[in-house]
Amino acid sequence: MTQQPTEHDNHAGGSDALVRRGVEGVEVFDFGGTACTTAPPLADARVAIVTTAGLRPDGLATWSQGQGFVVIDGDARALTLAHSSPNFDRTGLAMDVNVVYPVDRLAELAASGVIGSVASKHLSFMGAQPDHTLATLRLDSGPAAAALLKADGVDVVFLTPV
Amino acid sequence: MSALAEVFEEAGLATVGISSVRGQAERARAPRMLHCEFPLGRPLGRPGDAAFQHRVMAAAFALLPRTDVPVLVDFDEVIIDDADQPLSCSLPPRHDPSLHPAVDEAIGLRAAYERRRATTGTTNVTRFGGPDQVAGLVDMFVRITAGTPWDAVDLEPIRLGQAALDIRAYYEEAALALADHVPAARQAESWFYRTTAAGKVLREAQGIIRAADAPRPAWFPLVPTGQPPA
Repeated sequence: MTQQPTEHDNHAGGSDALVRRGVEGVEVFDFGGTACTTAPPLADARVAIVTTAGLRPDGLATWSQGQGFVVIDGDARALTLAHSSPNFDRTGLAMDVNVVYPVDRLAELAASGVIGSVASKHLSFMGAQPDHTLATLRLDSGPAAAALLKADGVDVVFLTPV
Repeated sequence: MSALAEVFEEAGLATVGISSVRGQAERARAPRMLHCEFPLGRPLGRPGDAAFQHRVMAAAFALLPRTDVPVLVDFDEVIIDDADQPLSCSLPPRHDPSLHPAVDEAIGLRAAYERRRATTGTTNVTRFGGPDQVAGLVDMFVRITAGTPWDAVDLEPIRLGQAALDIRAYYEEAALALADHVPAARQAESWFYRTTAAGKVLREAQGIIRAADAPRPAWFPLVPTGQPPA
């Protein structure tokens, strides 16, 4: 008797390939167009990191902010991971925060003059939100985050997932 | 993440992001994205490799002058996870035969876990009060595999999932202390789920809880999709 392959027999390209196939079709919000702000020359830009990894600077590993965000002081390196999905490697971040949140790389780029400066604060949201309309993020927390970054003089945002 | 890019660009901030799922990035049409086919959980590619991370960031920042949005460019290198090559590190010998092997094992790994925590000054084992609770959490899942109904262990469904994440974090952090090299992506995960007694318990518990029609948060976080079922 021929056995049908299971999903676990079919993950050529690694375990991630199986996960990616499962989320490729996840609904995304349609903005009906693509907004565009002209970036300043990189050597003049003040750059912030905004991650959707659910990182926290307060030692907690649970997320109660919904589509909101937490602020990460630029000096913070001891971050916990509140993302609840089991479907990604967690040891990379445990070994080197920069593999998700490259704050030391930004500092090096600023020191060498590649970028103008590094923001004093960075932001963390939680990805994989169950509400695909993302209404709170689009209408409330997202604009609030933008205002906070602009008040710090930021003009370029580097977005990282997990 | 694409929605954040839209909101920020509308507010006058220029953005560039890393994509980890190409199909989503294509459909979301964010302004500027660099797709990196790297292990999920490692969007900059390689922990501890500053030069590689700088290559990724240079490729991303090179997209910033582009105004012909949406722009989606592939990074020129692919990294595949090593889930099929579990980390090789030793497990503690049995210490207390009166305990379930998974509970005894969790207690036996405490020294390695503490070495790791002392090195980094941080831990992700925080959802139930810290490492003192891990053996008890393992025992809770042992009881489920022994026949205790999932809804009789006095935890909300979402807390069952969080308990599994704490156990996994404890084991993976201990594994980083026991390993003699930087593990590739998912090697510690596969060590936990495929070679340890506690990993076996979680795999069995997930099958039992799911078969009992429990809410998704009670079973989904217990085992990654890519790990074989019990």
